[in-house]
Amino acid sequence: MGMTSAQKSGFGATLWDWLTTVDHKKIGILYLAAGAFFFLLGGLEAVIIRIQLISPENDFISAGLYNEMITMHGTTMIFFAATPLLFGLMNYIMPLQIGARDVAFPFLNSLGFWLFLFGGIMLNISWFTGGAPDAGWTNYAPLSIQSPGHGVDYYVMGLQLSGAGTLMSGINFIVTIVLMRAPGMTYMRMPLFTWTTFVTSILVLFAFPALTVGLFLMMFDRMFGSAFFDAALGGNAVIWQHLFWIFGHPEVYILILPAFGVFSEILPTFAKKRLFGYTAMVFATFLIAFLGFMVWAHHMFTVGLGAVANSIFAVATMAIAVPTGIKIFNWLFTLWGGSIKINSAMLWSLAFIPSFTIGGMTGVMLASSVADYQYHDTYFVVGHFHYVIVGGVVFALLAAMHYWWPKMFGRYLHEGMGQLAFWTFFIGFHLTFFIQHFLGLMGMPRRYWVFLENQGLDTGNWISTLGAFFMTFGVIVFVINMIYTTIKGKKAPGDAWGTGRTLEWATASPPIHFNFKQMPLVRGLDPLWIEKMEGNEKMTPAEPVDEIHMPNGSILPLIMTIGFFIASLGFIYQAGNSYWLIAVYLGMAIGLICMLIRSLKDDHGYHIPKEEVEREDD
Amino acid sequence: MPDKMSTRKINSFQKQKNKQEMQKMVVSFALMIFFTLVAFALVALEIPSTYVIPLLLILAVVQVGFQFFYFMHLKDKGHEVPAQIIYGGIFVTVLVALTFTVITWW
Ligand code: HEM
Ligand SMILES: [Cu+2]
Repeated sequence: MGMTSAQKSGFGATLWDWLTTVDHKKIGILYLAAGAFFFLLGGLEAVIIRIQLISPENDFISAGLYNEMITMHGTTMIFFAATPLLFGLMNYIMPLQIGARDVAFPFLNSLGFWLFLFGGIMLNISWFTGGAPDAGWTNYAPLSIQSPGHGVDYYVMGLQLSGAGTLMSGINFIVTIVLMRAPGMTYMRMPLFTWTTFVTSILVLFAFPALTVGLFLMMFDRMFGSAFFDAALGGNAVIWQHLFWIFGHPEVYILILPAFGVFSEILPTFAKKRLFGYTAMVFATFLIAFLGFMVWAHHMFTVGLGAVANSIFAVATMAIAVPTGIKIFNWLFTLWGGSIKINSAMLWSLAFIPSFTIGGMTGVMLASSVADYQYHDTYFVVGHFHYVIVGGVVFALLAAMHYWWPKMFGRYLHEGMGQLAFWTFFIGFHLTFFIQHFLGLMGMPRRYWVFLENQGLDTGNWISTLGAFFMTFGVIVFVINMIYTTIKGKKAPGDAWGTGRTLEWATASPPIHFNFKQMPLVRGLDPLWIEKMEGNEKMTPAEPVDEIHMPNGSILPLIMTIGFFIASLGFIYQAGNSYWLIAVYLGMAIGLICMLIRSLKDDHGYHIPKEEVEREDD
Repeated sequence: MPDKMSTRKINSFQKQKNKQEMQKMVVSFALMIFFTLVAFALVALEIPSTYVIPLLLILAVVQVGFQFFYFMHLKDKGHEVPAQIIYGGIFVTVLVALTFTVITWW
């Protein structure tokens, strides 16, 4: 790293640089680091849950703490681990893939990151202020309305903060892809990861507002005495479920589509073949996104929406399996006849295909609304969504780490440790979650603190917990690998794998801070591969070397976020003590003043002079 | 991609077009204000709500249309992608409203 300036700088200057950065690569790394931290936190919570369930009527943790643990595990993993880790990748890789020097709104990008981070911090503060949220990651009313203490308030405000950040980033990515593609990079020449980033961002744009609305209603109910979800006062608790799942189902596709994008990059690189059925892949991505918006009620089959509504949503849900199947076959055909190189990135990708397919299959089983009366709220559902989320999203993240680590940090992750982590995690994953399908079919409900003896559930739960230990081991090995690599990993060239096809591999590892000395000219799909096949070492430039315009860093996003953070705390506590309104006003004032400064102060960025650009070797 | 022409050289043809564009903007702005006045008038006149509510909804839809097509340039060339995304958003919103109407509020 340290590409910004040749001169060495002190700790204070480095810290300031990271706090004020608007560079998409640094923001990407911040997302990855914060996401990794929350991933480890969520993992710890998962292990605690599994230890509690290792044997019948265990009392490793109390019932109340157990509820907090499952709630925090789910919320942390979805909102503060999986989503930001993917956003980190998108931030870092997507601009490189389209040949851009940054995202469209660098300031907004940094604001999005800080909002996400402080949302996550807010949620976790609840552990120390009298108890974490305990109404499940789905936070269903009326349970959430009646939950005593401030746990659920922290859930509401934490998600509201981070949700605003996610929405901003989504808009930012859309505008970047529409407006900032390099010369020649037509839509149908965009790499699949860029495509999935684009479609995912559209999903974010349409899905998150539903969550925002739901959270506001929940906030008014809990903090200001309204009764949107209180049936006794004429409210309707089912509305929360609708709003949550109108957001929630697209959210699971927000997670899986970028994962699909990752595999669509890795498989061609290591099979040394172009992606099979590129057009079909793009089409399938859109189809999944489209259908993803009309299936949310499959989470509510047992609510009593009626047979007609259930049937419509069941059929729509089953339809999603079709584009998903198209993708699976395209990956298989990409591998077919390729000259395949197996390494850690490839192992995660290959393991993904059968693991995710099992998850999709149980999904179709669940989609059958009649059968779902049997499955719903049992461990069968837990098995299903861990197969798709771990076997899909987490595998993709780990594959992506191995694949893009040399690009981001200039060094290869250690292969041996990579494979050890893979095998232990992979075996542990199937041990943990496969058996859970059967536990569910035998009637074990989800989210229960204990199960009883001699109901045939003992062995299954024991195996499941054993698997969790394997996964923990794998994660620890991966963490050691990251540390080891940072200290003495093997150095990587720009085209780290030698078979890179897309534009990010045409940059240095790690890229110079303005990414491209000259805008590359894109002459087709897999532009770098085309140049290499014609014997060119580098991309053909689309412009002469000239001065480069870059945005200035700013501390405002951080201060703005701190303002809204203080205001959120004020909202939580003003219900009991009106002195806390001071925090609301103060925090809002800080946030709004920052917005005012940002609006009134012209900041045109700066120019890197031509001579300096020339000096930089790429 | 944005067309270079409009940003760099504004020739007389372009000027002519800009003028027409401006006229359209002013007309639609005036219409919007007129619709708003009509909406307020409808309520002020205390016409039975069975008539007023559908009328207000129609007026609202027309206004949203003006907003999108004139002020947000959805009708213009070079705005196809944003237009498509907004149509997508409208589709999702209508779908949600429809579902809520049918299975929750009905
Ligand atoms: C073929 C594709 C899929 C189908 C047909 C499908 C179907 C379903 C159905 C019907 C349920 C509700 C089960 C119940 O609560 O009774 C469900 C739950 C769930 N699915 Fe899927 N699914 C699919 C893919 C995915 C993917 C790709 C993800 C995430 C990456 C995912 C994540 C989840 C989650 C998190 C839940 C449980 C939510 C909760 O109640 O806590 N699913 N799925
Ligand atoms: Cu779903």
